[in-house]
Amino acid sequence: MNYLKIIILTIFCFFSFIVNAQNTNTELINKISKNIRCLICQGQSVYDSQSDFAISMKLVIKKKIEEGSTESQIYEYLKNQYGEWITYDPEFNKNTFFLWLLPIFIFIVGGWLIFKKTKFFKL
Amino acid sequence: MKKKTFLIFIIIFVLFCFFVFFKSLNKSNIYVPNTTSGKQLSSFSAKTLFNNEKINSDLLFSENKIYLLNIWASWCVPCRAEHDMLMQLSNNPSIEIIGLNYKDDFINAKKFINKLGNPYSRILTDKDGTISIALGAYGVPETLIIDKNKIILKKYIGPLNNQSLKEIMFLLK
Repeated sequence: MNYLKIIILTIFCFFSFIVNAQNTNTELINKISKNIRCLICQGQSVYDSQSDFAISMKLVIKKKIEEGSTESQIYEYLKNQYGEWITYDPEFNKNTFFLWLLPIFIFIVGGWLIFKKTKFFKL
Repeated sequence: MKKKTFLIFIIIFVLFCFFVFFKSLNKSNIYVPNTTSGKQLSSFSAKTLFNNEKINSDLLFSENKIYLLNIWASWCVPCRAEHDMLMQLSNNPSIEIIGLNYKDDFINAKKFINKLGNPYSRILTDKDGTISIALGAYGVPETLIIDKNKIILKKYIGPLNNQSLKEIMFLLK
């Protein structure tokens, strides 16, 4: 009887492990595909789109995950194939430095103005 | 003095806004892919359409010549339009045309070839579209010109036309 319990428990653990692994993969596929731009249906992510391109892209992401690639390796692979535009996260370079630095600049200048003008700091 | 500084600040801000809008509003928001990539062709394996034989791209693109890799499908209307151009190019011995059949029904693909002619030396199949993604392709039709070192010289997104045919002939010289 004890043997039967052990076997049932082992089978249960095995299947729960598989289901858990599949769920983790699906979550990662969804996460990556939400950050990838559908290049033939602009304005949509690969996750949202049902175009042939997006469907194939989701398959590629799935295959890469199954091969053991990390999230950043997948982004790098896709950037290498399609250019930086494919991701929604622009890198810091000569074309995007203004985009990245302007909010920090506004934050500092704004903070300085508030500091100068507000009576609260003059107490 | 304070008023003057404020005024200068406002003028700079307005000029900045004007400059940003002046530069940006003329730019198109539509993404234009890079068609002169100069990238190395990714290695891939695919089955052939007619005899279901598995081939590796390293073996396929191993000869010392220019290759034209054409991504096509029988359901793609522009592919029919460019097929005549491919037939013309197939008469040129200095270029080898390889087809990649994209997400197609194999019976329809064979019918398409039997009806319109076969310009391809080999036809590979890409049933799920993943090989096309590995090649950096967007869809069908798409044509890649590959040199003897497996460098992608040029990409034609959409059907080939007279201009692209002239460019390809120029590359072959």
